[in-house]
Amino acid sequence: MNFDNWVPLLIVIIPLFIAVIIFALAEDKIKTRSTLNIGASVLSLGLVGIMLWGVSKGFHYETRFSFLPGLDFVLRADSLSMLFVTLSSALWLLTTVYAIGYLEGSPHRSRFFGFFSLCVAATLGVALAGNLITFLLFYELLTLAAYPLIVHRGTQKVRRSGRIYLMYTLTGGALLLLGTVLLYSITGTLEFVASGFLSTLDSSTHSLLILVFVLLVSGLGVKAAIVPLHGWLPQSMAAPAPVSALLHAVAVVKAGAFGIVRVIYDVFGIEFSVTLGLTLPLAIIAAITIIYASTRALFQDGLKARLAYSTVSQVSYIILGVAIAGPIAAVGGVVHLVHQGVTKITLFFCAGNLAETLGIHNISEMHGVGRRMPWTMTAFTIGALGMIGIPPLAGFITKWYIGLGALEAGHGWVLIVLVGSSLLNAAYFLPILYVAWFTEPKGDWPAEKKLGKYETSLLLLVPPLITALFVILLGLFASLSFSALAWSEFIISKEFLL
Amino acid sequence: MLIDSPHWISIIILLPILGAVASFLWRQHIVKIALTTATGTVISVGILSWQVISNGVQCYELGAWNAPLGIELYVDGLSVLMLLVTAVVGFAISIYASAYFEGNKSKHFWPLWLFLWSGLNALFVSSDIFNLFVTLEIIGLSAVALVALSGGAKAITAAMRYLLVSLLGSMLYLMGVALLYHSYGTVDMVLLSLRTEMNPAMWLIMGLMTVGLLLKTALFPLHFWLPAAHSSAPVPVSALLSALVVKASFYILWRLWIVVFPLDNDAQVGLGFILGVLGSLAIVWGGVKALQQTRLKLLIAYSTVMQIGYLFLAFPLASIMGWKAALYFILAHAIAKTAMFMVAGNILIHKGHDRIADLYSTVQHLPLTIVAFSLSGISLMGLPPSGGFVAKWLLLEAAIVSGQWWWGIVLLVGGLLTGAYVFKVLGYAFIQENSTNEPRPIGISKRMEWTALSMALFAIVLGFIAPFVLGIMDIGSPFTKGSL
Repeated sequence: MNFDNWVPLLIVIIPLFIAVIIFALAEDKIKTRSTLNIGASVLSLGLVGIMLWGVSKGFHYETRFSFLPGLDFVLRADSLSMLFVTLSSALWLLTTVYAIGYLEGSPHRSRFFGFFSLCVAATLGVALAGNLITFLLFYELLTLAAYPLIVHRGTQKVRRSGRIYLMYTLTGGALLLLGTVLLYSITGTLEFVASGFLSTLDSSTHSLLILVFVLLVSGLGVKAAIVPLHGWLPQSMAAPAPVSALLHAVAVVKAGAFGIVRVIYDVFGIEFSVTLGLTLPLAIIAAITIIYASTRALFQDGLKARLAYSTVSQVSYIILGVAIAGPIAAVGGVVHLVHQGVTKITLFFCAGNLAETLGIHNISEMHGVGRRMPWTMTAFTIGALGMIGIPPLAGFITKWYIGLGALEAGHGWVLIVLVGSSLLNAAYFLPILYVAWFTEPKGDWPAEKKLGKYETSLLLLVPPLITALFVILLGLFASLSFSALAWSEFIISKEFLL
Repeated sequence: MLIDSPHWISIIILLPILGAVASFLWRQHIVKIALTTATGTVISVGILSWQVISNGVQCYELGAWNAPLGIELYVDGLSVLMLLVTAVVGFAISIYASAYFEGNKSKHFWPLWLFLWSGLNALFVSSDIFNLFVTLEIIGLSAVALVALSGGAKAITAAMRYLLVSLLGSMLYLMGVALLYHSYGTVDMVLLSLRTEMNPAMWLIMGLMTVGLLLKTALFPLHFWLPAAHSSAPVPVSALLSALVVKASFYILWRLWIVVFPLDNDAQVGLGFILGVLGSLAIVWGGVKALQQTRLKLLIAYSTVMQIGYLFLAFPLASIMGWKAALYFILAHAIAKTAMFMVAGNILIHKGHDRIADLYSTVQHLPLTIVAFSLSGISLMGLPPSGGFVAKWLLLEAAIVSGQWWWGIVLLVGGLLTGAYVFKVLGYAFIQENSTNEPRPIGISKRMEWTALSMALFAIVLGFIAPFVLGIMDIGSPFTKGSL
């Protein structure tokens, strides 16, 4: 065992360890807790940086030990996992800073940050899992660790949303488990392998494999909020803003989408999935999700509810891109893991700022808010335009690649979905921008608080500005060799054996 | 060498009895004596386990008489794991009880509990069916007395009913023993396994013994006595009953089924189907009833009814992997359920009641206890990483490999039901409300909180040491026909 064998484990252990320390920490030790939190996320970001450099140089990072008879616990850094790990650990740092500001003075912060770190540990584990059983382990841990965050406020209402969340996710977990066991009984291995490990199996197993695929994808689809499995996501809006930000951008929802990408690429293999005829139905379901959720978003007055439906729609871009089964569309889908994360977290940070500073929860209360909080609304605007797909922002790159890839793969209908969805995106985001920038304020804000010297506390203001900057940079410099796009192309080149 | 001595098998039986007598005689030092005995027993079991793990199966003839006449003690991998889980649970309960009981009740608890422990150890190392009967009676009688400890009409009624059920179960079993002895002239399991054959009398024997043991194990629909008995007993006793006592009769049934009863593979699958169906009903019924309960202790008791159902899903599979899954269920459930009853005890003392709907703010007052509840809940639900998950994984795999996938569906439904009632409790515990008409919560001893948490953590750790534990199960290959 050398250092390289320990890095993946370390990355998961650090937040786990921090979680335990924070649970034990007294409520009033704010300084210690904040230092620990930020220190840990900086440390693991550093480790991720080392690994990123190593993986691009072709080094091998893997932690492995025996877990069940015949099955190992494996954490491994491959190109796909590095994409997700980098995203998660970077956004972890920003969300931690934001959460420290957001929860200032509110009760039970030890508990909050403890479970928050646990969530991050689970997400990093999901990202680094080297086989399906390890993935399952962290995936279920994530389900559980997110629950206390959703019910953090402790009211009857959040208890209800917590219950709905669990009903959906635990059932999804059961389906995933069944699919995993079934797969294991057919193959005797669950290791993720670039371009899959099932294509060599005898054709008599194909009908069972289709069943496995349906079980796995519907289990994962619950978290990825594919229609009609999305019902829990708008419900969990009652959670505090940093939680929603984390849930929507990296943790729960994204873990589901990431899992689907993993299953298609590294379990079934994209070409074998096409052979089994699985990708087209999935693409159609994703397209329906995109259009349906965008339409629902149009009718939400609650800002966070509108953003939630927008998430449902945007996450399915990832699945759509992958399910089109052409290399170019796949690049668009995989890169959207990052683009959607950065963009959506910006929007949720801003929504949190409005709620925390001015008590605004609904779009109808946002008249003229651009003047009161120009920086927040600037970040929000960038995020919104990014979602719509205005060039040269990050969202545009995604849509461009998916559209191009769909044409290349002969799925012209996808273009209609893309255009329709962009129009719907515009229809539900532009009125917000209009109301915020171009109308007069209607008297007092619902619950204004004076936080710091600027429009709001700096801890709340800086994170969305940074992520908004990323939305611009990821789009503007997409062609550079270290961009998310270039990395996605690197991933896809392995899957399609180009 | 002391450590290689063959006497450790008898020491694990004699030591708790000596402790029971001593604690009865010197009451002013009762807790000290009891805890010393518990520590000594755990160490002895540890040494015996070490012998088995490094040298294989251990046999010992009491009084140096040979097999047909004397009492032979026999320890293989299955016995070792049962002894170990008894030692772990027993030790934790002893620590917990030393803080839980005060005054008069403690006086009765310790001798009875040590006596019970001796019975359990004796049962797991016995290899003749009459000896098993004796140990079963020791366990049954001390368990009934322990239930009656908490006093009050409800507990006495529950204890009375438990006594009658327990006696009826033992009687049916004893009739089976008598018939076997009459037909085959021996009570030794190894000899019986060579001699038994299928005939009408054998069917009667199998029926009597199975029903008797199922009654004691509380498999649906013979579970009617369990919720009242387990929930009205004092908390350490509830934990003992759920974690260990019901497993003792299951263990006997298991040995009989694999070794003594002349069942070929088809018969095992066929007859096992009936037990599997009963197990499935237990899972669904126990889960639904648990969900309906308004009291925490009753909820946990119904959860035991449900978890017992899991054990019987292994019978129709009739494969080594299935049996290993069942054994892992026993271990995981014993540890997790102990933790959960301890949690209920902490809440009972802290709040003065265990009404689930009024558990609000428990998270703030007893964070460690709620963490313990969550962790043991994770294991009971069978979510990874935990002992419960390993068991569930093995059983699912065994079900699919044998082509009987429907048992797997039952298993998953059971997991969801468990999730529903575990989170029902947690949901209420997370609510923050300030009620003024509630008596002031009482602080509880740190020892009780930490014991509960340690057990819950151990249930999680079981999810990581599966290769080691499964390796122990192979010693003496207890799950192969004619192994003993």
